[in-house]
Amino acid sequence: MSVEVVPSTPVIARPMSHGRREFRRAVRSMVQARWPLVAMVILLLVAIAAVFGTWISPLDPNRQDIMMRLADPLTEGRRNAFFVLGTDGLGRDVLSRLLYGARISLLVGICAILVGGTIGVVAGLVAGYFGGWIDDVIMRLGDIQLAFPFILLAIMFLVILGPGVMNIIIVLGVGQWVTYARIVRAQTLSLREKEYVEAARALGDSTFLIIFRTILPNIIAPLTVIASFNVASVILSEASLSFLGLGVPPNVPTWGAMLADSRDQLMANKWWLAFFPGIAIVLTVLAFNILGDWLRDFLDPRLKTMA
Amino acid sequence: MWTFIIRRLLQSAIVIIGVTLITFTALQMSGDPTYLYVSERATDEEIQRTRVALGFDKPLPEQYLTFLGKLAQGDFGNSLSYKRPAIEAVMDALPATLELTLFAMMLAIVVAIPLGVVASLNRGSPVDGSIMTMGMLGQSIPSFWLGIMMIMFFGLQLRILPISGHVPFITPLVQGNFVEAFTNLPQALYYLIMPGFAVAFYSISRNARLVRSSMLEVLGQDFVRTARAKGISETAVVVRHALRNAWLPVVTMIGLEFGFLIGGVVVVEMVFSWPGIGRLVFNAINQRDIPVVQAAVVVLALVFIALNLIVDLIYAKIDPRVKL
Repeated sequence: MSVEVVPSTPVIARPMSHGRREFRRAVRSMVQARWPLVAMVILLLVAIAAVFGTWISPLDPNRQDIMMRLADPLTEGRRNAFFVLGTDGLGRDVLSRLLYGARISLLVGICAILVGGTIGVVAGLVAGYFGGWIDDVIMRLGDIQLAFPFILLAIMFLVILGPGVMNIIIVLGVGQWVTYARIVRAQTLSLREKEYVEAARALGDSTFLIIFRTILPNIIAPLTVIASFNVASVILSEASLSFLGLGVPPNVPTWGAMLADSRDQLMANKWWLAFFPGIAIVLTVLAFNILGDWLRDFLDPRLKTMA
Repeated sequence: MWTFIIRRLLQSAIVIIGVTLITFTALQMSGDPTYLYVSERATDEEIQRTRVALGFDKPLPEQYLTFLGKLAQGDFGNSLSYKRPAIEAVMDALPATLELTLFAMMLAIVVAIPLGVVASLNRGSPVDGSIMTMGMLGQSIPSFWLGIMMIMFFGLQLRILPISGHVPFITPLVQGNFVEAFTNLPQALYYLIMPGFAVAFYSISRNARLVRSSMLEVLGQDFVRTARAKGISETAVVVRHALRNAWLPVVTMIGLEFGFLIGGVVVVEMVFSWPGIGRLVFNAINQRDIPVVQAAVVVLALVFIALNLIVDLIYAKIDPRVKL
C-alpha cells in the first residue's frame, strides 16, 4: 500500500476521508504528469466505443455494399451513407468496424486479466501462506510455463479448440497467471509474519479470512500496476491471434482481423485498411502502458525494478 | 561449469516433458481427437479405422507414452496436407526462422545499446526524450502492423526494400557450402532488413529503456567517479567502465525476450511470406493440420530452450561474479 508522507506533519490516524484524499492526490499527480491524463482520455474514448458501439457507429459493421468496395476515406455512399474512413474489400464501413473492434479488444484484455489475475492471486496467496510442498509445486509449474513462449501454446490450443471469444480469454488469461502468482507470493511471505496478521490469528480468524481479508487487501496496489501493463500485452496478443485467424469468428469485427483482411489489398495500396485498425491498437496499448508507468511511479517508485 | 550445464539440461528436460504433456492434453481437449484427422465426409468405418490406426482407442496413459516414445524419435505423424512426415516440413522451414530470429536478436542488442547509452548520457535533453518516447511507442506497436506499414512505405512507395523473398544463408552454411553461404550473405541481409526490424522493434524499445536506466544507475556510482577522477577519457569511462556493468541486466532480459521474439517471428513471417515455421504454422492452422502445428510448437520450444541456455552461458562468461 502506498503511504502518504507529508514532511514535518506527524501522521497520526487515518481519518475517514482517506480514500477521497488519495483519489485527489492521484488526480493531481495525473494532471501534473500530463501523459497519463491523455491516456485516460484515450481509454475513455475506447471504452465508449466498446460500450456504445452499436448506437454510435454510423453503419452496420457487417453491411456489405458491393457497389462501394474499397471506397477512399471521406467518400459519400448511397442512401445517406458517408464513409469517413473508407470501406474494405467487401464494401463494409471501416469506421463502424473499428468502433465494434474496440469491444473485443477491451473485453478480451480485461477478462483475460481477471482470469489470469484470479488464478495467479489465489495460487500466490496459497503458495506464500502455506509454503512447503504446495509452494514448490505451484512455483515450479510457473517456472515451466515461463520457460516457454506462451504464444505458441495459445496457438496450439486455439487450433484445436477452435476460435471464440471465450476460448481466447481463457487461453490468454491462463498465460498471465505466473506474474501475479510470483508477486503475490513474495508479498504474502513478508506479510505473513506481520503483527496484524498474527493478531488476526490470535483472535481466532479462520485461515480463509486471514488470507482474503487481512493479507489480500494489502497487496492489491502492486497488482494494479502489473494488470495495467498486462492488459496492454494481452491486447497485442489478441491482435496477433486474430491476425492469424485464431481469434473470434470471422463475422465479429476485430482490429487484428481487420489487419488480416487488409493484407489482400496491400498491393493495391489501399492504405486506410491497414492504417486505421493499427492506429487503434497502438493508441489503446500505448494508453495502458503509459497508465501502468504512471501508476507504478505513483504507488511506489521502488516497484520500478519489477517491470 | 559442467555441473551447471547438466543441471540446466535436466531443467530443460522437465520443461520439454511439460510441453509434451500440454501438447498431448490439448489434443484430448477437443473431445475425440480422431475427428481432427479425418475429413468431414468420412464414413463411420473410416473414422473407426483412423481411430485404431492412430491408437486413439487405447487408454490415455498408454497413448501418452506412445506419443512420447514417437516424439523422442522425432515422429509427429504425417502431415495431413503435405502427405509427408510433419517433422520434415518443420525442419525444412527451420533455417529461415532461425535466420530471422537471430537477426532480430542481433538488432535488439546492436541498436538498443547505443540508443540507451546516448539517452542516459543526455538525460533530460530532447535527445533523451525522443529516444524514450520512441521506446514507449515501440512497446505498443504490434510487430505485424509495423511490418505492413514498412511494406507500404519502404516497399511500395519508396521501392527501396524488397517486400518479400528470402535468400538462404544457414542452409548452405550447414551443408558446408561456405562459398555459397557468404556470397549469399549481403543479399540475405538485404531481405532480412524489414522483417528483422518488424520483429525486433519491440525488443529494441524495451532494451533501450533498460540500458538507459541501468546506465543511469551505474553512472552515479563511485567507481565511475573514480575513473573520471583518474582523468580517463569520457569514452573510456562510458564504454569500459560504465557500459560493461550496465549491460548485464540487459543480457538477462534478452534471454527472457526470446519468447516475445519467437511469437513475433511467427506472425511477421506471415506478413512477409517468409518461408519459415510461422508461415508453415499459419497454413497448418487453416488446414487444421494438427501434426504440423504440434511439431512446430515442440521444435520452436527446443530452439527457445537452447537459445536461453546459450544466453545463460554467455552471461556467466561476461560477468565474473557469476561462478558456474
